[in-house]
Amino acid sequence: MNIVQVEGKGSSDIFLYTLSTCVWCKKTKRWLERKRLAYRYVDVDLEQLEEKETVMEELRRWNPKGSFPTIVIDNRDCIVGFKPERFKEVFR
Amino acid sequence: MTDKIFSPKKVGERLRQLRLAAQRRGYHLNPDQEHTEDLVASLLVNTQRYGYPSCPCRLAGGTRSEDRDIICPCDYRDQDLAEYGCCYCALYVSEEIARGEQEAQAIPERRGN
Repeated sequence: MNIVQVEGKGSSDIFLYTLSTCVWCKKTKRWLERKRLAYRYVDVDLEQLEEKETVMEELRRWNPKGSFPTIVIDNRDCIVGFKPERFKEVFR
Repeated sequence: MTDKIFSPKKVGERLRQLRLAAQRRGYHLNPDQEHTEDLVASLLVNTQRYGYPSCPCRLAGGTRSEDRDIICPCDYRDQDLAEYGCCYCALYVSEEIARGEQEAQAIPERRGN
């Protein structure tokens, strides 16, 4: 899996399942960057076919719909979709 | 294969075609120019990748038969427009959003319901 690390601050482990073409995924990344929060992401559409299936299995454990973006926080909580109001509550 | 970066001119041309086609059919494109241009660029990328413009906000399976329902305009557009005022990626929006009276927001995925 090609995981990209974006440097920043914050004590939470933020992991994003995204698509390189998805506008809501890009807005989510920009939101986190504006808050200068560190996060990691994988652009699932850019993965090789076999790896893509493995990543999707992993993603569906958090979000059975397999939709994007899916944001996993501290390997415990999950937010599905670009939800700035929810982000404000969670990433204070 | 590496994705081609499409020029602003190419994106603008495609956007004009889509806007015209939408108007003819009584639909409206998102007035947020940055959002819409970004989507159109991604539709061009997906057309190059898969041979058809699958929804940029959904993972394409890579074959036309698997992705038939998510080729833009997707099968869910009209239901999403009626219920939420925009389609899943918010390329197509309601008249209220087109007039700037409301803003398009991310909506739940209807595919697979």
